[in-house]
Amino acid sequence: MSGRMPTGLGVSPGAAAGPVVQVAPPVRPPADEPAPADTDAATAHVLDALASVAQELDARAAGADAHAAPILKATALIARDTGLAKAAGAQVRAGKGPANAIADAVAEYAAQFEALGGYFAERVTDLRDVGGRAVAAVLGVPAPGVPTLSVPSVLVAEDLAPAETAALDRSKVVAIVTEEGGRTSHTAILAAQMGIPAVVQLPGATAIAEGTLVAVDGDSGEVILDPDMAVIDAQRARREALSAALAAVSGPGRTKDGHPVALLANIGGVDDAVAAGAQDVEGVGLFRTEFVYLSAQTMPSVEEQAAVYREVLAPFPGRRVVVRTLDAGADKPLAFANLGEEENPALGRRGLRLCEARPELLESQLEALAIAAKDTGADVRVMAPMVATVDEAAAFAARVRAHGLQKAGVMVEVPAAALRSRHMMAEVDFASIGTNDLAQYTMAADRMEGALAHLLDPWQPAVLDLVAVSCDGAMHLGKPLGVCGESAGDPYMALVLAGLGVSSLSMAPSKVPAVRLALSVHDLDECRALADLARNARSAEGARDAVRRAAAEELSRVL
Amino acid sequence: MATRTVEVGSSVGLHARPASLFVEAAQATGLAIEIGRPDADLIDAASILGVMALGVKHGEPVRLVAEGDGADAALDSLVELLERDLDAEA
Repeated sequence: MSGRMPTGLGVSPGAAAGPVVQVAPPVRPPADEPAPADTDAATAHVLDALASVAQELDARAAGADAHAAPILKATALIARDTGLAKAAGAQVRAGKGPANAIADAVAEYAAQFEALGGYFAERVTDLRDVGGRAVAAVLGVPAPGVPTLSVPSVLVAEDLAPAETAALDRSKVVAIVTEEGGRTSHTAILAAQMGIPAVVQLPGATAIAEGTLVAVDGDSGEVILDPDMAVIDAQRARREALSAALAAVSGPGRTKDGHPVALLANIGGVDDAVAAGAQDVEGVGLFRTEFVYLSAQTMPSVEEQAAVYREVLAPFPGRRVVVRTLDAGADKPLAFANLGEEENPALGRRGLRLCEARPELLESQLEALAIAAKDTGADVRVMAPMVATVDEAAAFAARVRAHGLQKAGVMVEVPAAALRSRHMMAEVDFASIGTNDLAQYTMAADRMEGALAHLLDPWQPAVLDLVAVSCDGAMHLGKPLGVCGESAGDPYMALVLAGLGVSSLSMAPSKVPAVRLALSVHDLDECRALADLARNARSAEGARDAVRRAAAEELSRVL
Repeated sequence: MATRTVEVGSSVGLHARPASLFVEAAQATGLAIEIGRPDADLIDAASILGVMALGVKHGEPVRLVAEGDGADAALDSLVELLERDLDAEA
């Protein structure tokens, strides 16, 4: 039986087919678990469960690569922890059943670690992983998380935790489908970065039987159950046509009539930088620097920071690398610069605002970047996140230049910055629109709230209007304005952005070829006409549909 | 009862990899070893969660206590381990 599911949201391009492997959902201890009749037997049950988890993790570590093995071994050490076993034993003696005893003992430690913040708070994920596995072992149900894959498979889950997504074996995962998540969820971003086709928000995904063959289209969001050969053949034919079309264009981004739109990569670490450096991109349009700081317990020294930046910049001599200065705050707390809890972290002291409270953070980061820029010969441009006023932009630019760095810019994420683009950009050399945050602040919808994903759609005409206002300011001053949100990687949206006057597009490197193709088959006037169509629509869906219908047939035929 | 006080040499303090290496070494001695700040309560050095929860930073002193045969030699080897920058050796 061949069946078409309701369409989900395609978030990582490409098409693939394979058998479904369901990622087991988190296990919760039963609320009605009876108090143990025999505490010794219950304690032994707890210890056996923890020991079996430790053994399983050790076995996985033995078969894992050099990157994953130490992580799995460290997690096994937690499962074998004497303190955890004692705490769970105490819970049993207090009248808890084995599953609840483990869960409560884990919760105690998790609360302690969360209170310590920084690195410790991150380890809570590993601790909960051990707890979930041990509770599953006690209850005799499958362990939560991604099972070991024996054949190339389509992973299906409610949603994937960042750690689960990061640890995926690319050679065994042909596609990812989730029932929840959104365009900017971790699953979407990481899948795109890894080049794995992904569909999110597919109703009924977790009910698909294990082993069912499915065809997944990460562009259209279509998932077909038990596809017949014709469907798989059609998918393959389309994939081949797309590969041929993509292979036919290369080099710097250009519209059909030669108008340049630079194609850049978003990166968040050394591995990304090395991978992106080998791709056909003109440089990096967004280097997220948080990884240098988030796991550190104390402020890294200038030399430590410079060493990391040298590694990131090394693949790009002579190419541009746009660096976003530290974007931390209440939701991504730093162990060494925590300003305390906030009611509303997204509207709180994050980004440049945190650096205003702790100026030494920005000073040392700029000093380290200046050293690394000089040593590697990369064309380093530095921009600040969360800028709202012209004065903030001017003060930031002055500090960047004081360190001998040539180009200072700002992120346009706050609607105030978009509206005041003409004045803001007079103070800096460039700007870059972060469409994910700009959408969040324009639509007053939390990025982490899956139920509001429709409001965060970058095709929302209100968001496009703010992009247009920003572009007007930039063009008036003749300064470059890029886009570095996920929307830059949507080939149709890329046409609209180019039409609005955006001069560069930065995205996950796997998305660059399709955007390059889209630009190459439209001239600038056509892009402008598509931008008008999008802005004249009355809804996000209307804007997207109008642009897809009006785009060149050479593009829609293969996408 | 043998006891030693040592400053933690790892630049990231006593967590992550340094904590794992220390706990594994403490377990390997087969002795009951405790660790803590010099003037505070001690905890089981074989507990990774306990050791990490101490939150000991680079340069902070910690006290080690052990009992039984070979306690002195065991503590000497653990002191030697803690003095090194284990993270830099990754």
